[in-house]
Amino acid sequence: MNKTIARLLQAPSIIFLALWMIVPLSMTLYFSTIRYHLLYPEREGFLGLGNYEFFWTDAAFWPAMLNTLILVGSVLVISVVLGLAIAILVDKPFKGRGICRILLISPFFIMPTVNALVWKNMLMNPIYGLFAVVATAFGAEPLDWLAHLPLLSIIMIVSWQWTPFALLIFMTSLQSQDTEQKEAATLDGAGFWSQFYHLTLPHLARPIAVVILIQMIFHLSIFAEIYVTTGGGPGFDSTNLAFLIFSQALLQFDVGVASAGGVIAIILANIVAFFLMRFVGKSLAV
Amino acid sequence: MNDLQVRKIKSHLVVFSAWTAAFIFFFPIFWMVLTSFKTELQAIATPPLLVFEPTLENYTLINDRTDYFKYAFNSVITSFGGTLLAMLIAIPSAYAMAFSPGRYTKDILLWMLSTKMLPAVGVLLPIYLIAQQFGLLDTRVLLIIIYALINLPIVMMILFTYFKEIPKEILEASRMDGCTTFNEIVQVVIPLAWGGIASTALLSIVLLWNEAFWSIVLTSSDAGTLVALVASFSSPEGLFWAKVSAVSTLACAPIVVLGWLCQKQLVAGLTFGAVK
Repeated sequence: MNKTIARLLQAPSIIFLALWMIVPLSMTLYFSTIRYHLLYPEREGFLGLGNYEFFWTDAAFWPAMLNTLILVGSVLVISVVLGLAIAILVDKPFKGRGICRILLISPFFIMPTVNALVWKNMLMNPIYGLFAVVATAFGAEPLDWLAHLPLLSIIMIVSWQWTPFALLIFMTSLQSQDTEQKEAATLDGAGFWSQFYHLTLPHLARPIAVVILIQMIFHLSIFAEIYVTTGGGPGFDSTNLAFLIFSQALLQFDVGVASAGGVIAIILANIVAFFLMRFVGKSLAV
Repeated sequence: MNDLQVRKIKSHLVVFSAWTAAFIFFFPIFWMVLTSFKTELQAIATPPLLVFEPTLENYTLINDRTDYFKYAFNSVITSFGGTLLAMLIAIPSAYAMAFSPGRYTKDILLWMLSTKMLPAVGVLLPIYLIAQQFGLLDTRVLLIIIYALINLPIVMMILFTYFKEIPKEILEASRMDGCTTFNEIVQVVIPLAWGGIASTALLSIVLLWNEAFWSIVLTSSDAGTLVALVASFSSPEGLFWAKVSAVSTLACAPIVVLGWLCQKQLVAGLTFGAVK
């Protein structure tokens, strides 16, 4: 195959992806500097950083930033710690382990909207939900989870979906761990914790780092779960950055301000992506 | 108690904990499936019914009640269409990169993967306005194009690693026989990497089937997917849990099964090949 044909074959994918990235990105950058409101088309003109100022002086901005960080941080800790613990539990063979694993990873394949709705209706509903029923059975006051603890509820919902992801990755990489090394360590009298600390954790260092980075990128823009359950409320209690931008754009129709928010979201994601790409780059053999 | 007994108890405890975790994680799914066989009244009964006379009504009447088939059709068309389009673009590209790599091949692949990390909300408005301009809002074509583009980087990366495993000698031999590039792809590369191509396609379908941002934002009644249909049940009026559960169960079942089948590809695809 000569070089020209090779370039021609590669061209479509490169061109399409370049367009997909450059066109919307430059439009977002451009919109973020002008007055652009879909309901008031007569308002126009260059604003400079005016939209940014408006976006981050908005009463919802800091709550949304804080919620985004809390959401990302808590889901990360829960899913990595639980994922790791369960992966170790199911690492040694036992009867029915295959089925056990399948049950464990299933939540990850459930549609985000179904996931959110099942939790909202059947588990967290203050009257008919299972949590309320259990609470009443123990004589406690049933809790309206989504109204009183909206962020915690969303953390639970997202963790339920993403712990299986972390688990799946850890299970897969535990399979490639050297069993002879572990057996030798056992013979030398190394206990569980010292094996975990000196053998398993170093083996999983890379997968853990990758899981953290990937989840950060996905969780920075959690949307469907909030859209279906709380709609960002009550107030801004469960609004994250992605949902704030969505509501500025398609509920309040302020293109300029929403674009400024979009640029902020892109910058945040890029900080994470920078580190992730270094990991991916090392493992990509060309 | 001697050492052996302690170890035995410990291993029983491990197995017990594993099954407890599995029970907790699978429970919401089990509950959803169970609810789909109840009547609406049974579904909200307190205390919740574990034993009841199952009804198939939620399934047999599903289309009358929700227009289920239209949304299911949209989901199938967009996830398969997006996958097909991505494969059509990616196979020749990945082939060229794998068998005639240049100085920048690795950089190009990494750049492609980095486009995956652009948050969708950041480019929501331009895409929305462009789609509006071309009259593409709420059309399957728009979703297919977007789906192809958001999955193209992952598909490229996985196909590239599969193609790299094909021995170069086989291609050289076919070239000696006067094979053109097109024939080489269709008659040599695709058959040899068939397993890899199929599992890449499966992964892509799984991801697109569950895609929940673009489908909610860009579609409504015409091109709505199952994800969007389920999202539309979030409004507070009326508690149709049994009905929604049946829709949800049908919407998730095929993908959960596919997911079980392509775990390995999923791990490679979701971690951009950094974990194998």
